[in-house]
Amino acid sequence: MKISKERCVGCANCVPICSVGAIYIGDDGLAEINTETCVECHNCYRSLSFEHLQPGLTRTIRRVLKKMSLRFQPDPDVCPTEAFIPDELSWPRIVRRAFSDPMVTHESTGVHGRGTEEVKTNDVSHRIKAGDVGVVIEFGRPGIGVYFREVQKATMALAAAGVVFEEGNPVTQMMADRAIGTIREDVLDEKVLSCIVEVTVSLADTAKALQTVKQICRAAETVISIGVSTVCNEDGSEPLREILEREGYQTGWAKVNLGLGRASNASISTGGTRS
Amino acid sequence: MTNTLHRFGTPDTLNNDFIVFAMAAKGFNEQGALDKAKAFLRAAIKYQPINMGNALVNSLYRPEKDLTFIKLYFVGRQQKTTYEKLIDEIPGPGSAAVVFDDPNKVKNFVRDVKQLDLGLSINISALVDDVRNICGEVEITPHAVEYTLGFHGDTSRLPERDTLSLTTMCGHGMVSANFAKKMIDRVKEGRMDPQEAACCMAKFCVCGVFNTTRAMRVLNRVKKGQ
Ligand code: SF4
Ligand code: SF4
Repeated sequence: MKISKERCVGCANCVPICSVGAIYIGDDGLAEINTETCVECHNCYRSLSFEHLQPGLTRTIRRVLKKMSLRFQPDPDVCPTEAFIPDELSWPRIVRRAFSDPMVTHESTGVHGRGTEEVKTNDVSHRIKAGDVGVVIEFGRPGIGVYFREVQKATMALAAAGVVFEEGNPVTQMMADRAIGTIREDVLDEKVLSCIVEVTVSLADTAKALQTVKQICRAAETVISIGVSTVCNEDGSEPLREILEREGYQTGWAKVNLGLGRASNASISTGGTRS
Repeated sequence: MTNTLHRFGTPDTLNNDFIVFAMAAKGFNEQGALDKAKAFLRAAIKYQPINMGNALVNSLYRPEKDLTFIKLYFVGRQQKTTYEKLIDEIPGPGSAAVVFDDPNKVKNFVRDVKQLDLGLSINISALVDDVRNICGEVEITPHAVEYTLGFHGDTSRLPERDTLSLTTMCGHGMVSANFAKKMIDRVKEGRMDPQEAACCMAKFCVCGVFNTTRAMRVLNRVKKGQ
């Protein structure tokens, strides 16, 4: 992302908008983006409202108002001169946008966002089986961001613990060697708003897997959000909550798949059996 | 994709926050999923959800890219679009989300969706016991549950709890901590009212899962210095 020096009038409205704090007012009084910090999420360009004021005239008005100790202050969600210019991104920088912009479909999964469909469509795909637990470890969330070099430290630790990475996940797709958890060298210096590492373990191994994740978290320089999922029994109950509470986790907020989906594409048999 | 697993708060502050969303599974039931997602959203209109969205088109609350002096100072700004317009604009299959601040509305909506028998996966993000109560009342046996285990790692980098409660209502991180803090400060200083500030933040959450009622609850509390 870039900000046009010709168009910007330095109102600073965009400074707090940036999802990772990459925008600042430079020595010339105009907004700039720290390209190393920017994760190309397009939040500034997409979600600020645009007014189309003439930049030269607006700067003059700002100067005059300043002399009178008054301030030119557009609404907090407005860039008054539409000063943002999205860059044409190429590899490897384009990885930043793929993982950070929620409106971009990730090539390897076909879903918008940073991971797979997890258990959200499990009533149809039956990817996670009864007796299994899906663990999603989201690096950089909420709102901090992460470099793939740091994610690699965690994926290597997980691989050493013998976990199997979820096939359809975008981070798995970028691994150089899944057996040792290395990520392709050319993306290691790319920063994203967040990315999800997904593994599946058996219910019996859940506590052990969470201990490994806890150790990874202790060494982390970013924040990490953890989610765990499981399939319910025939009566709707599930054994995971008890395990989590025994491990000292609170289990208040959750995402519940109601089981109303079914496979219906022409090439697939319908039915929607539980598993 | 909606992203609603990691909302920050205590059970007390997370109540009356329900996100119901419909999704097709790639390779299994995406054929015809666009019309089904639209039917899901249309069914919600009856219950007046407080937000609605689809990551392909944006949410009810959205930026204006053609602001003029006349619009700003005489006509007034248009903070949100209509349910119908949003649904008509959706160009292709993707997840569709609606947000409610009332469990009764969720219950009645889910009952309608069950009857519609769309075949899409329907999920609810909320306090798990509240969802289980609703499932019991509409006679649905849940298929799977995903719990958040919260935030770990270097949590000293996170903002304070009120800011975090606001920012995590957009799971993709599009409501930044600095902006949420600015909204809190403006409300406390009496320069914006909680409703204006909540609408302003909702425009940055493109999936439409930002709960404006809960945001106002947070802002009203901090306004009074609580
Ligand atoms: S909002 Fe627009 S005019 Fe104001 S500082 Fe940012 S880029 Fe410049
Ligand atoms: S694209 Fe995203 S990270 Fe980059 S400056 Fe804009 S808001 Fe900040």
